[in-house]
Amino acid sequence: MKAAGILLAIVLALALQTTIARYVARGTIAVDLVLVVVVYVALMSGSVAGLLTGTVAGLIQDSLSTGLIGIGGLAKSIVGYVAGIVGTQFIVTQPLPRFLVFFVATIAHQAITIGLSVVLGERPFGIPYAAIAGEALANAVVGVAAFQLMELLPGAVERRRMGKSRLRR
Amino acid sequence: MLGHVILISAQVNSRSGVSLLESVTFGAFSEVQRTSSSGFSSVRNVWNRYVRLRHVEAENASIKRELDDVKVQLQERRALADRARGLQTLLDLRDRSNLRTTAAEIIASSASPDFRTLTIDKGTLYGLQSDMAVIAPGGVVGRIVIPTLRASKVQLLIDRNAAIGALIERSRAQGVAMGSGDPRLRLEYVSETADVVVGDLVVTSGIDGIFPKGFTIGSVDAVEKSGPSYKRITIKPAVDFSSLEEVLVVLTPTPIHQAEEPKHQGEEPKHQAEEPKHQAETPPKRQVETPRRQAEAPKPQAEAPKPQAEAPKPQAEAPKPQAEEPKPQAEGPEGGRE
Repeated sequence: MKAAGILLAIVLALALQTTIARYVARGTIAVDLVLVVVVYVALMSGSVAGLLTGTVAGLIQDSLSTGLIGIGGLAKSIVGYVAGIVGTQFIVTQPLPRFLVFFVATIAHQAITIGLSVVLGERPFGIPYAAIAGEALANAVVGVAAFQLMELLPGAVERRRMGKSRLRR
Repeated sequence: MLGHVILISAQVNSRSGVSLLESVTFGAFSEVQRTSSSGFSSVRNVWNRYVRLRHVEAENASIKRELDDVKVQLQERRALADRARGLQTLLDLRDRSNLRTTAAEIIASSASPDFRTLTIDKGTLYGLQSDMAVIAPGGVVGRIVIPTLRASKVQLLIDRNAAIGALIERSRAQGVAMGSGDPRLRLEYVSETADVVVGDLVVTSGIDGIFPKGFTIGSVDAVEKSGPSYKRITIKPAVDFSSLEEVLVVLTPTPIHQAEEPKHQGEEPKHQAEEPKHQAETPPKRQVETPRRQAEAPKPQAEAPKPQAEAPKPQAEAPKPQAEEPKPQAEGPEGGRE
């Protein structure tokens, strides 16, 4: 059930990424919704879930991109695993620590991707510092917002249920 | 006595020739009429403005709904007009370029922000193939990398794995415009002696065998020199990739395709005959393939400058095979420029 939910989240993130992201984020600001899902799952469910989510999500994303298949998968696996460890070892329940985790995870993801591209002999390209910073910022904002939303939603539903039951009495 | 006075007065005319009696009577009665009319108007107004307004609220609500509908329709019409304008621009480009093209709508963008691709709503069902050029009214967009039955993936010029044969329009200096993943392109393999200044228009050179010659890539944004050689030349693309909605896919075979399919050569002998000069300028196939390899596989990059630098040689040395090759460049919008 949980695996199906994660898979659904990945598919949803990919759908949003390919349809809405280009309208929302333009120029140097980009957002990687799939990475947001990977880090979210890692923080919520631990390093193994993060690793597996990163592998699956990264490979799907790679297969839909023009680069080598596996680079993104490996990068997301590592990021998911490390984010899972961070989630279990540190208290990341407040927006600021979560923001930092998403921010650093994006930078680490980019560093691994660029490093792997260089190691595998892909055509060298300059490190787009501004683009990476923009993406890290966007991912962090979206990630924190996703956490807040997911935490608010069950509470809102519960409150509504309570309100209805009070009215009946 | 009174009767006399009235009788005499009735026979007296006023200055305007009207009987004084009639004049006074009419004057007096008109005031009565005015008063009664005013009273009636007041009653009518009260009736119309208050009593009869019982149904106006419903009518007002209905009109408001209609107005909302009309507003929505107006927006729809405006959107349709915008779309029609965009399609008109594409049609203009199609007519201008004289290339066999098909219009396609963009349905999605890249799955990863690291790579710059688009998905269009047409595929092999519409005759689209891999390595077909994709253009927009602004300039070159990219090339098809994965065609499926009903959709195709387009690699944008700004993708980090993309490369395109480029030419400075003013000085005719050649190079290869390469994507770097960010919104700017890099112009590589430009000769040290080439004349490149900021603002120069960069167009496709056609030597990659994918893009027709003469289409706008962008303009030179920055030129950095270290010694005699160019350290870095950046190009600002002419197309705003984030706001693209429709594109044109060039179906006309490129030199490579034509070489592979000699049937197409016979189809357009007119262009070849009209511009023999361009045929002589067509680089041999070996040169044509090199940038293509760059675009597909980043590895042989180190080898890439070689054929670029060698490019003029075979042109001068071996005009025969060049003359044999078909010349789609003549079909380009600026084919006759040189």
